[in-house]
Amino acid sequence: MSALLACLVLPLLGALAAVALPRRAVAAVLAGVVALTLVAAVGLAVAVHSGGVVRLALGGWSPPLGIALAADGLGAAFVLLTALVMAGVAAAARDEMTPQGAGPRAAFGFWPLMLLLWGALNAVFLSRDLFNLYVGIELLTLAAVALVAIGGRAEAIAAAMRYLIFALAGSLLYLAGVVLIYGAHGTLDIDLVAARDAAAPDGLALALMTAGLLVKTALFPFHVWLPPAHASAPAPASALLSALVPKASFVILLRLWFEAMPDLGTDRALLLLGVLGAAAILWGSLRALVQARLKLIVAYSTVAQLGYLFLVFPLAGGAAGAQPWTAGAWTGAIFQALSHGLAKAAMFLAAGLFMAAAGSDRLGALRGLARVMPMTAFAFALASVTLISLPPSGGFTAKYLLMTSSFAAGQWIWALVMTLGGLLTAGYLYRPMAALFAREGGEGVQTVARARQAVPLVLAGLAILLGILSAAPFDFLQIGRPEAAEEGP
Amino acid sequence: MSALLPVLILATSLITAAITFFLPEASRVLRNALNLGGAVLKLGLIVAMLVAVAGGAVYEASLPLAPGLVLLLRVDAIALLFVSLSGTLWLLTTVYAIAYFGTKAHQSRFFGFFSLCVAATTGLAMSGSLISFFLFFELLTLSTWPLVAHKQDGASLRAARSYLLFALPGSAALLWAIIWLESATGPVLFTEPPDLSGLDPWELRAIFALFILGVGVKAALVPLHGWLPAAMAAPAPVSALLHAVAVVKAGAFGVIRVIYDVFGPQTVAALGVGVPLAALASLTIVWGSIRALQQDEIKKRLAFSTVSQVSYIVLGAALAGPYAMIGALVHLVHQGLMKITLFFCAGIYDERAGVKRIEGLNGLGARMPWTSACFSLGALGMIGLPPMAGFVSKVYLGLGALEAGAPWVLGVLAASTLLNAAYFLPLLYRLWFLPAAGDATGDERAPVLVAPAVVTAAASLGVGALAASAVSPLRWAELIITRGYLP
Repeated sequence: MSALLACLVLPLLGALAAVALPRRAVAAVLAGVVALTLVAAVGLAVAVHSGGVVRLALGGWSPPLGIALAADGLGAAFVLLTALVMAGVAAAARDEMTPQGAGPRAAFGFWPLMLLLWGALNAVFLSRDLFNLYVGIELLTLAAVALVAIGGRAEAIAAAMRYLIFALAGSLLYLAGVVLIYGAHGTLDIDLVAARDAAAPDGLALALMTAGLLVKTALFPFHVWLPPAHASAPAPASALLSALVPKASFVILLRLWFEAMPDLGTDRALLLLGVLGAAAILWGSLRALVQARLKLIVAYSTVAQLGYLFLVFPLAGGAAGAQPWTAGAWTGAIFQALSHGLAKAAMFLAAGLFMAAAGSDRLGALRGLARVMPMTAFAFALASVTLISLPPSGGFTAKYLLMTSSFAAGQWIWALVMTLGGLLTAGYLYRPMAALFAREGGEGVQTVARARQAVPLVLAGLAILLGILSAAPFDFLQIGRPEAAEEGP
Repeated sequence: MSALLPVLILATSLITAAITFFLPEASRVLRNALNLGGAVLKLGLIVAMLVAVAGGAVYEASLPLAPGLVLLLRVDAIALLFVSLSGTLWLLTTVYAIAYFGTKAHQSRFFGFFSLCVAATTGLAMSGSLISFFLFFELLTLSTWPLVAHKQDGASLRAARSYLLFALPGSAALLWAIIWLESATGPVLFTEPPDLSGLDPWELRAIFALFILGVGVKAALVPLHGWLPAAMAAPAPVSALLHAVAVVKAGAFGVIRVIYDVFGPQTVAALGVGVPLAALASLTIVWGSIRALQQDEIKKRLAFSTVSQVSYIVLGAALAGPYAMIGALVHLVHQGLMKITLFFCAGIYDERAGVKRIEGLNGLGARMPWTSACFSLGALGMIGLPPMAGFVSKVYLGLGALEAGAPWVLGVLAASTLLNAAYFLPLLYRLWFLPAAGDATGDERAPVLVAPAVVTAAASLGVGALAASAVSPLRWAELIITRGYLP
């Protein structure tokens, strides 16, 4: 219970401290906050693992009077993912976000924004109240937009502006849905909404909230803001934005469709979500295939990889609930979110190191870098293994679970899309890989300290480990799994 | 202990790989000692297991992953056949590679991926479930790619890209087959035939086709063979390993697993898919030989010869009778020994005499007698001259064909033998009977480079001549059949 609170409060306190304290003290405090929050996240996971869902009613008031917080397997897993990625990014940013390297404004602004983002993410993962979720996702958006703009270059500002407009539109749609729910049922607690008597505006409310969240998750065709935003932010910020931020709105979607209102999941709506996901996989991959800059390739790859998450809706949602394959599909999608988070963070951090060494992320400039920075190149390759979903990575486990479900459900078309997606992923990651491992080039490039190169390697290694040791995380995710994703006979 | 041994045997290659990657380029002695040590240790473990398994022991180690995904390592007679082959040839190829690369660059990378490749092959051989097989199959793809690209020149990079272009869609097909099958039957273990009653015959045929598509790319079945001749751009030790144990054998072994342990010979016969596969294998045998005839580069000729020879294994498996199966299993070993000899020799000719094309072989027999004798033994074995290894394989395949009621296969074997003779004998003629060109150079003052070829050449003579002895691969193949597949 205290671990749960710590996960929420520590990053926010840290953000305050990063602004208020004198520069010299900040580094030590930041290190402490990051370490403590990581410990709290691990502690929360341990508590959930040993004792089941951890619940907390703020101020002792239980819903509908108070606001509930809870950590189930899903929430705790994402809190832990966030902590791991944050720790990695913080380690990388210590060297990258310096006044000399990134400019004084970015060096100052990055840390409070990062911690604010952390607090907001944890709030989203642990809240059981639709309005609380709104507050969390709004805070998240503002921090994320600022992180894009932090570099200060004109293209970054433009990308941030575009991101802001999309995200605010998304927020408004979501808020409108929340208002409708509150007006009809007088409560926003997820469990109470689930137990509501059906009312006329429910369908519209769910549609509005979903549309808003799709924009924030950058699902095709609402993805246009994502590539420029993620590609023009500083690399450590991109890592956070790609690995974690879209996952928050996805988790809210899961909460809505599987916990709050699973009864509204009509076949047609679920199919639409799945089709958009499939389109994202194919379109994102095809776009990634033709980019000339590494960060854009990685950003379009995020568009594609987010598409896989949405296959959970036709496979496990609505009337399909309580089928033998439902639990597999639900868990597979979450595995995809977790392993993509780790691998994508590793990839953006590696891209940052390549840029630091070569001065550019054009594919031509990366030629031969594998010889100068073998560790980073290896980390990039490992992260690619997860994204292509080759065994034994976490990405493979995810796609195996999703593909088995789609065959079992008789919807093999999704398996076909996933297979195509995997091949396209291999195609678009082959190009940077071929450049990195080219024989010529790489002369006169400044290499990067080994300690810095280790960070992406550890994150990419974790993504592989998620596959090799997939039994424990699988069981962990079943803790407090919504009934709608229950395994059937 | 019985759970530890399979893990240990995998670890000898895996840990060697992991350490080698991080060794500085300059520490040659340490690297060589580590790789040789790993290979020797592995061979020791293999011998111990051979004795135990011959006595009836079975070793198993498993790691449960997410539901449906079971990583199962199981050492029984059939696994050990492949493990012994790869373990023995790993040691020999390591010796050869150390001599071949001398002081050339990027050796830590090379030996790292090399050991990883062997680890993948070992794991694949020991896989006790479909999904573990797939896992190591993919690891093999990934670890071979950098080996093919090792020289990093235009031809190598093109070859490596072509390899991926064939291998990755192949993997996708294999994964489809596995998931389609397992979504109806649950996880498939090789020891327990899956219950296929939930799938109708056309679904089963489609799944079978996807399986063959998936493993057929690695087995270089026509028309999926295009990557293999291109891959000869790789350094000689890589070609040797690729053509003898690692990749093509993984594909052939996959065919055996699919027919015998996934579908079962009866189902294959009932579905009527065995004969088309046998026909495809026959086509590959003949087509590969014809293409080999047209090649002027030694390594390319050998590569097409591999395309042809590996399909003997596929053919034997597709015929699905005890004799044919013995022929297939024993050819897995025999072809490995013979083909690695030939590639060792091709590398020596290139390295010591600068000879890449067949014209250069003229008169080399006198100048490089050891190498040329080994090359000749390998070639004669491939043709199937008694009492060489290839002869034994062909006899059992022929018997199997008669037993399976497919006498036309005898015609294929005869045609293939003639074609083999047609593309190998001219080389031997050049080596021993034609005068050398005036400016020809070449010597074999590199005993470490030549020794592995001598050992494998002697072995390919020995396993044929002593096929009837108690410790031959033939006896072992018979043991596998009597234990596992006879009703």
